[in-house]
Amino acid sequence: MTEKSYRDYKEQIAAGGAPKYHEKNATQGKLFVRNRLQRLFDDDVFVEDGAFANIMAGDLPADGVVTGIGKINGRTVCVMANDSTIKAGSWGKRTVEKIIRIQETAEKLEVPLLYLVDSAGARITDQIEMFPGRRGAGRIFYNQVKLSGRIPQICLLFGPSAAGGAYIPAFCDIVVMVQGNASMYLGSPRMAEKVIGEKVDLETMGGAKMHCSVSGCGDVLAKTEEEAIDYARRYLTYFPQNFRTKPNAVDSKQPQVFDDTLEDIIPKNQNAAFNMYQLIDRVIDEGSFCEIKKLFAKELITGLARIDGQAVGILANQPKSKGGVLFHDSADKAAKFINLCDAFHIPLIFLSDVPGFMIGTQVEKLGIIRHGAKMIFAMSEATVPKLSVIVRKAYGAGLYAMAGPAFEPDACIALTTAQIAVMGPEAAINAVYANKIEAMPEAERAEFIAQKTAEYKEEIDVYRLASELVIDDVIEPNELRQTLVTRLAAYKTKNVSFTERKHGVNPV
Amino acid sequence: MIKAEMAGTVWKVLVKEGDSVEEGQEVMILESMKMEIPVEAEEAGVVKRVIVNEGDFIDVDADLVEIE
Repeated sequence: MTEKSYRDYKEQIAAGGAPKYHEKNATQGKLFVRNRLQRLFDDDVFVEDGAFANIMAGDLPADGVVTGIGKINGRTVCVMANDSTIKAGSWGKRTVEKIIRIQETAEKLEVPLLYLVDSAGARITDQIEMFPGRRGAGRIFYNQVKLSGRIPQICLLFGPSAAGGAYIPAFCDIVVMVQGNASMYLGSPRMAEKVIGEKVDLETMGGAKMHCSVSGCGDVLAKTEEEAIDYARRYLTYFPQNFRTKPNAVDSKQPQVFDDTLEDIIPKNQNAAFNMYQLIDRVIDEGSFCEIKKLFAKELITGLARIDGQAVGILANQPKSKGGVLFHDSADKAAKFINLCDAFHIPLIFLSDVPGFMIGTQVEKLGIIRHGAKMIFAMSEATVPKLSVIVRKAYGAGLYAMAGPAFEPDACIALTTAQIAVMGPEAAINAVYANKIEAMPEAERAEFIAQKTAEYKEEIDVYRLASELVIDDVIEPNELRQTLVTRLAAYKTKNVSFTERKHGVNPV
Repeated sequence: MIKAEMAGTVWKVLVKEGDSVEEGQEVMILESMKMEIPVEAEEAGVVKRVIVNEGDFIDVDADLVEIE
């Protein structure tokens, strides 16, 4: 046997796995790991460590994972990227060690870390070396938890993330999944059939679409790998390198121009639906919306945007979907989004048009109260500039969850179209006078209800609330953009810590 | 099949059997939590069957309209 030269080894590393696996990936629309990195980074400058890992094994170049440092939008980031042409991207001892080391590097450099996941999971044959020990796979997740909120952690899921591997996306700030290829699951369909007798296909059980619209484990559904990578590059522009600094501002842009103004699109009738995206488009810098969890719990919109060039996080009730009512899933979605923005100094804007939290047996069984508590907990703890805007209505605990006056928003502003109350007029009259109305002759009821409704509306009149200093200002809808610009500039120096303690006992 | 996203009452049925609908077209309005909840067709097609009547209480995931 002739000895291999440096050049042979380098070629082997650059080539990855056997040609048949490259071909298989190509038919699935998957890029080779090194091409993914080329697309991700600004240029070819890439500092790689551990390229020679397991090189002596012959068929395991880089031990199936590429780790290193590159540049995105001119900023340094760390990356780990599975190579699915090598034993399906599975983890051996050196794979795990390399992932742990790049995490340690990201921690030392205080720069974002991206996980490009496409892996079948552990190599069972190597389990003693890579599973249970101090620097086994468990340490990857421990490190992720420790890094959470210190540096941005992003997962791009290009293929499977199976069993324990599924926790990499779970501990990231955001998970972008490629439709048709990405999946997350603890047990494969084959295992599900053997162990619990369920017959199911992978896409139904743990596919990208399911996770992005039903389970909420995925945040963004991308059609292609290129789209996923481009999303990550764009997403990072809203973030600082780490928790010590604030996000960079960019040049301000005016909002997109439309024929109809906010005045025109907000219905006078409190009960009618309207499309909150139309409002968002009219207040943010044109083309700046970077939505998170678009397909999940659509009754609450969450996304990053820019106002006057500054990064903001927007939470907005969507009356067009489920009436904008808050559910267990929307509360959950909100809690994570608030934590994300607060960790990296991104101001929060709450746009309220909320009839309250959902009621009924189904949601009580799902624990809507504790899920709602999660949202209120996260919102209370957030110390970034926090603006509460009552667009049309904020009823009941909906007012609280959307950063109402008691929760230390820097300002609670009502549009002239706003109503704030424990509940809406119809529900309130029914709650207070139900017995009385019942006892009344049928003919008198309508007049009585109309009179009481009018009195109630006066009681919750927005100017009355402003007069009582419940809210800080009342503005016309068309003034909203300018108000946000001015106030965000005013609150820039806000620097507070929530309270002194080890940590709260978070409701989960 | 278009299903109910939340529990509520059928307020208005906007389509009948045989109607063609476009993607995103409102086929029904529910009433829940004192709000009007529009129900839209997820894809274009023809209404095969309207399963519920105005005034019916419907639970989450109930079948509303079948489109083919």
